[in-house]
Amino acid sequence: MFLVGHSLLTDTAWHFKKKEGKKKNSGWTGEGTVRANTLLNDHPNPHYANNKIKTTKYTLLSFLPKNLFEQFHRFANVYFVFIALLNFVPVVNAFQPELALAPVVFILSVTAIKDLWEDYRRHRSDTEINHMDCLVYSSMERRYVEKYWKEVQVGDFIRLRCNEILPADVLLLSSSDPDRLCHIETATLDGETNLKQRQVVRSFLDLDCEFDPFKYHSVIECEKPNNDLNRFRGYIVHRSGRRDVLCKENLLLRGCTIRNTEEAVGIVIYAGHETKAMLNNNGPRYKRSKLERQMNVDVFWCVIILLVICSFAAVGHGLWMFQYGDKRPVFDVLSPQGTNLSPIMSAIYLFLTLIIVFQVLIPISLFVSIEIVKICQVYLIHQDMDLYDEETDSHLQCRALNITEDLGQMQYIFSDKTGTLTENKMVFRRCTVAGVEYSHDANARRLAMYQEMDSEEEECMSHGGTLPRRESVTSHQSARVVLRSQSTKSHRRTGSRAEAKRASILSKHTAFSSPMEKDITPDPQLLYKVNECSSQMDFMRFHSQPMSQLSSDLSDIIDFFIALTICNTVVVSSPNQPRHKVRMRFELKSPVKTIEDFIKRFTPSRLTSGSNSSSSSSLITNRSSNKGCSSLLSSPSAESTLTKLHEEQSSHLEPTFSPVPPCYDGKASWNLEEGELRYEAESPDEAALVYAARAYKCSLVGRLPDQVTVELPHLGKLSFELLHTLGFDSTRKRMSVVVKHPLTDQITVYTKGADSVIMDLLKPLDTGKRQKKIICRTQNYLNLYAADGLRTLCIAKKILSKEEYACWLQCHLEAETAIQGREELLFQSALRLETNLQLLGATGVEDRLQDGVPETVAALRRAGLQIWVLTGDKQETAVNIAYACKLLDPEEEMLTLNADSQEACALLLEESLHYIQAKFLCSSADQAAKAFHTNFVPCEINSSSSLSSHNTSPFLVHRLGLVIDGRTLAYALDKTLEDKFLEVARSCRSVLCCRSTPLQKSMVVKLVRNKLKVMTLAIGDGANDVSMIQVADVGVGISGQEGMQAVMASDFALPRFRYLQKLLLVHGHWCYSRLANMILYFFYKNAMFVALLFWYQFYCGFSGSAMIDQWYLIFFNLMFSAFPQLVTGTLDKDVSAETLQRLPQLYVNGQNSEEYKPYMFWMNMIDAFYQSLVCFFIPYFAYADSDVDLFTWGTPITTLALFTILLHLGIETKTWTWMNWLSIIFSITLFFTVALCYNASCPTCFSPSNPYWTMQRQLQEPLFYLLCLITPVTALLPRYALILSHPWCRSSTNKYSHTVETINIISFKRLIPRCAFQI
Amino acid sequence: MMASSYNAKEEDGHHSGSASHGGAAVVKSKKPDNTAFKQQRLPAWQPILTAGTVLPAFFVIGLIFIPIGIGLYVTSNNIKEFEIDYTGVDMNSACYSCAKNFSWNSTTSCLCTVDFTLEQPFESNVFMYYGLSNFYQNHRRYVKSRDDSQLNGDMSALTNPSKECEPYRMSEGLPIAPCGAIANSLFNDTLKLYYLEANGTRNEIPLVKKGIAWWTDKHVKFRNPGGNANLTAVFQGNLTATSKPVNWRNPVYELDQDPENNGFINEDFIVWMRTAALPTFRKLYRIIQKKSSTMPTLPSGKYVLDITYNYPVLSFDGRKRMILSTISWMGGKNPFLGIAYITVGSICFFLGVVLLIIHHKYDTRSTGADIPN
Repeated sequence: MFLVGHSLLTDTAWHFKKKEGKKKNSGWTGEGTVRANTLLNDHPNPHYANNKIKTTKYTLLSFLPKNLFEQFHRFANVYFVFIALLNFVPVVNAFQPELALAPVVFILSVTAIKDLWEDYRRHRSDTEINHMDCLVYSSMERRYVEKYWKEVQVGDFIRLRCNEILPADVLLLSSSDPDRLCHIETATLDGETNLKQRQVVRSFLDLDCEFDPFKYHSVIECEKPNNDLNRFRGYIVHRSGRRDVLCKENLLLRGCTIRNTEEAVGIVIYAGHETKAMLNNNGPRYKRSKLERQMNVDVFWCVIILLVICSFAAVGHGLWMFQYGDKRPVFDVLSPQGTNLSPIMSAIYLFLTLIIVFQVLIPISLFVSIEIVKICQVYLIHQDMDLYDEETDSHLQCRALNITEDLGQMQYIFSDKTGTLTENKMVFRRCTVAGVEYSHDANARRLAMYQEMDSEEEECMSHGGTLPRRESVTSHQSARVVLRSQSTKSHRRTGSRAEAKRASILSKHTAFSSPMEKDITPDPQLLYKVNECSSQMDFMRFHSQPMSQLSSDLSDIIDFFIALTICNTVVVSSPNQPRHKVRMRFELKSPVKTIEDFIKRFTPSRLTSGSNSSSSSSLITNRSSNKGCSSLLSSPSAESTLTKLHEEQSSHLEPTFSPVPPCYDGKASWNLEEGELRYEAESPDEAALVYAARAYKCSLVGRLPDQVTVELPHLGKLSFELLHTLGFDSTRKRMSVVVKHPLTDQITVYTKGADSVIMDLLKPLDTGKRQKKIICRTQNYLNLYAADGLRTLCIAKKILSKEEYACWLQCHLEAETAIQGREELLFQSALRLETNLQLLGATGVEDRLQDGVPETVAALRRAGLQIWVLTGDKQETAVNIAYACKLLDPEEEMLTLNADSQEACALLLEESLHYIQAKFLCSSADQAAKAFHTNFVPCEINSSSSLSSHNTSPFLVHRLGLVIDGRTLAYALDKTLEDKFLEVARSCRSVLCCRSTPLQKSMVVKLVRNKLKVMTLAIGDGANDVSMIQVADVGVGISGQEGMQAVMASDFALPRFRYLQKLLLVHGHWCYSRLANMILYFFYKNAMFVALLFWYQFYCGFSGSAMIDQWYLIFFNLMFSAFPQLVTGTLDKDVSAETLQRLPQLYVNGQNSEEYKPYMFWMNMIDAFYQSLVCFFIPYFAYADSDVDLFTWGTPITTLALFTILLHLGIETKTWTWMNWLSIIFSITLFFTVALCYNASCPTCFSPSNPYWTMQRQLQEPLFYLLCLITPVTALLPRYALILSHPWCRSSTNKYSHTVETINIISFKRLIPRCAFQI
Repeated sequence: MMASSYNAKEEDGHHSGSASHGGAAVVKSKKPDNTAFKQQRLPAWQPILTAGTVLPAFFVIGLIFIPIGIGLYVTSNNIKEFEIDYTGVDMNSACYSCAKNFSWNSTTSCLCTVDFTLEQPFESNVFMYYGLSNFYQNHRRYVKSRDDSQLNGDMSALTNPSKECEPYRMSEGLPIAPCGAIANSLFNDTLKLYYLEANGTRNEIPLVKKGIAWWTDKHVKFRNPGGNANLTAVFQGNLTATSKPVNWRNPVYELDQDPENNGFINEDFIVWMRTAALPTFRKLYRIIQKKSSTMPTLPSGKYVLDITYNYPVLSFDGRKRMILSTISWMGGKNPFLGIAYITVGSICFFLGVVLLIIHHKYDTRSTGADIPN
């Protein structure tokens, strides 16, 4: 064995080279070789990453340098350190160097500690993941041993048990499943909760005994690690030289969970950071809020101002010195060396000194204050009861601390659909069979019960759904049905929290298992019919009568339910062992057995010829046809040459019930043992239908690749031989199963699909009056369902004669084995089969929206937000949901972009653009009127104010919806087309991207963010949304059922979508306006304080002297004036939460950055300029030509500045709580306490000011108090007067007695410059 | 001033009741507390600016400020002040020659005499100041150039003054006491005031030189090294030998005869060391105490000021003044604050009137049109 390794090495290296040329044209991006890790001492794959993950930014050693480096990215920090260091140069120093260093060190360390803590949290979660256990084959001990995840290496064999999470990307080599399958749940990866099947590598399929790693000596060649979840290509090269193709069906991805499979063995292909899951996980991005970016511009302006005033003073100093000439006055002290400085040199030195003295102009404490305020804001958001979900007992989580204010400035929302907008729960609502509608009233009542409490809170909202498919506004579906208004609510409020919790725990085990989805109440009429029908059939079977004697109505019913049960890919599991596939292979004991059957059962490989062979391979084929079909054909194929001699009556009179289940008699006991079965499906609606069928005692009991077992009332278990499964794909919009009916022994095709497609594929209308009637009626009901917002599916069947089937099979097999254009051929083949169908009925399934989604969407819309939905779902579903959640309006036109090539896409975009222009620009006047008219139909409340929000959006948004699918999106996102795409997209009111991959989602977000320069928010719940969440300015994760990946990547995690409304409209608004005001106030405050020093330069020979003690200078911002603004920045509310929610239009304020415009900075600067003049010159004149000394004069100035600044804040504060009062009182007390203590502490220290007893003396002077009275009043008079007079606000005198609307208007007014001057 | 509208919401803590029954209370819920603070529902006062609240505010400010201003103005006007410039810039002035020829290097003093007349008698205590103009005592390097420890009598600082004193730290190898530029530039003119009686005799007015410095300065901040006894020994001792500041005539221990006013605790020195805030300043020089309740401290009449002219100011275009002033509770004569109060009060009052007018005009104009609801 050990020798093998060596020979292998050379062998494959040769292979590798030899294949080089070939691989080039096969389009590989690169390849790597993976060898088995069975060697004792030498690791064969050393150049691959190991499985240890590390998402932390720092290590112990690198923390200090790296953190400092990152902090110095902030320009201000560099500046402050520079200033602090400058102080150490004797010739320019202004302050005691150590003292000047204090604030910088303080600020840097606060930030560093915060970063450290965040990194530590990441480290802990990494360690947790790294230390998970898994079974790895040890070649030493020749068995599987437990190892940590981080010890897993490429080439290791891993044994996986049921419900284990995959530690790395693993190539499946063996499975305990007899079909050599392995089921995985990819919820953490792409958000889909259904099970997916993975296959053992083909060459290991036939291993009858257990897989032994020691006998493995093949080499795997595969792609370089990449982030494409849906692609994996490679070869496995056996020792014999045989090469087998590997595809993504063989690969188990990291993060997925093994389900329904007891044991599987695989070899690690990619590990750690090279796994697809990790590669898809772009690292966290340092986010800087828009406000902060804006602020940085003004910080930059501050720098310029600083430089200007410093240069000014420096020139002044030069001139001042120059006027004395050689006669050096006594007060102009020589440099320490005793040398006489020239005016120019001295001016240069002074420039640097002044930069130190005026450093406060760049607000050092601003950054610290902002961080503190943001933390407080985050805390308050976190504590909001309205954002707390009782069912899951979870809060909103703020994971990013530095972008709260961005929430108030969002312009685009990118939302995932499943699990975000919807609950990801499908509920069967009603159905129609053979033209008869069964309204399932009891079921509706049951559903209504689930939300009794909700209805109290939110009343009047109608869920106006419309036809699921809609190419244009053709149908004027004005008759909106409001029937459903109650049923859309979820069940979550039903019971106590404990109950809800239990339910949610249960739902974690199986995807679709809430009682709401499972316990369908059958329609009594239909139930009776089903019973009657099956008892008749039972009778007939017993008496060996042909089934054809059954009345066509009843046979339709039974066929309908059989179709519901088997025409899907649902996997059955039992609740006792959740996630274990129920396998019941009914041995066909009946003597009537075909040879094929015989062959099938005794041939080891099921890939041999025969009818069943295709069924097992169909698992692969249907998948490939799913994803791969590239044609846009939708018309039924004209070449369907198979002539149909459709008979209802079977010509064969063979024994009708050949397969008798072995445990037929023990049916009841079996049922008791197993209890209820659970169904797991690829899409939730499949499960919903199976559950619905079960309610009619027609339950799916087991599914194998070649056989489906169904239990029917009276009839017991029946096994349908599954001949083919033609999987669902978005082009065909249907799926079919070909089975051999055990009762009739006919080959039957059951098809389930979108109504639009199925209706076209039905048998020509002239076939029978009854059919015609059924079709007509069903169509009516379908329209009704669609109007009701239900997802509709049509069920049809078709009976094939043996000859037809043989003929079709021939073609199909050809297609399957074709080398070129296989997918296309398979598609054609499917088309040939699915024609001339006989309609059985239709179902209406409700894809339940989350609570309050339509309202939230509507409110966000009115707030001027553009909402895009990016989903991995199929187009119909997405469109359907979009209608249900009012994202698309039935009255608005819909553009659908589906293209299969770059050129087609370009053409389509061009056309759409022309269309939009033609439609909306040329007849703009007409349209405007129309738009105006239609705009206000759905806008129930406050229609008058919605005008304002429409005006504000930067471009004209038409009443258009855009739907684009993943492939077209891929073309549209190309460099050459992206501009056009954006052009089209942004003129649409809503955009829907279906079938988009995670990467595409993030590309769309990135495109919009970068090109349109707008603020984007991405919201999603699954791992497939992670990259989008990370790219957006603000990422929001829904902490729902689908794992925590999205939450981990997000900045905010919400329990429910609807909380987004309050988060954005209320908290976002508040955070933004609070921070914006605080920042402006900061600039003002610092400028005002610095200007005091600047004016003084005119009276000290521009020597850089300061009358304010250096301690006051340095701690003024950090301590004395810091707290009130923090309180205001945390608690101030310009508009109440109620008003903000009632008037989403107020959100526009933040979107347009109304609170913080560039001119406001300058306004504040001018005000600061004026106020400082007042604060400087009043004491100046009051003390002119007196015996006051420098710092005794500076003390009242400091005090005045403090009073003025605090009063200014008082004017800016809109709501005063006791905290505001307290903080202001505290600030003043603190200042005087510190000043008094400081001035009494040491008679000889604190050179040069040496302020011993200064404050104490000042407090004895009446002049001090007189100054404190007049100066702030004078300083703030203009601002106060301006605010009063700004908009001489109109209102009526008796304002308090007015209605809500008046108050709204008032507060809306107040918002702009806070002007509600009511008279 | 402003109308207050309390929009406090009463606590509604009733909802939580439903969750706690039925054993669910065992599980600790993460539900946020329903407190006013956490839910951001703190009772808040929203100042709503209405005409009814704003206009009285203006009037009140006006009504308070104007009387204060008048009071201040009157007080300031009652203060008597006499000022005489003796720099000697003018050819005719008495000290012209002194000013012309004098520099820091001169060894002999120059004497000059200035006559002046007080028109009105100064009733209460009179404070005698010397005033300097264009003298930047607040220059950054100048302000720093001192050693507070030395001045506080610290022996080690006496022999090894702070670096801040450079370049006035050492002289001829000896540490300067007191060191630094401030001390070095000590104002050293001597002023003597005589009342010229009608018969022509000069009657020297007694000038008190104690009590002109801050009490804390004299007793806490400034101390002589080794106590006040035998300063000569301290400043000239073997181990603590010091040198006088470059510009000084006499060493620090010869500033005055009185041991309580000599050395670092000499009050003229202390006053000088408190650097002025602005380039034009005055410093208290002497106090003329009121003798009896009947006689004015300085009766009106002719006076003679004898100046020992030592301090050169012309090189930097400075001026020297002698000021006689009485003081009030609010300090020396300065009408500014009174005027400022009157002005601001008037502006407020005026604004109030203007707003009132606008209010009335507006109110009549829009009553009909502006109530849409």
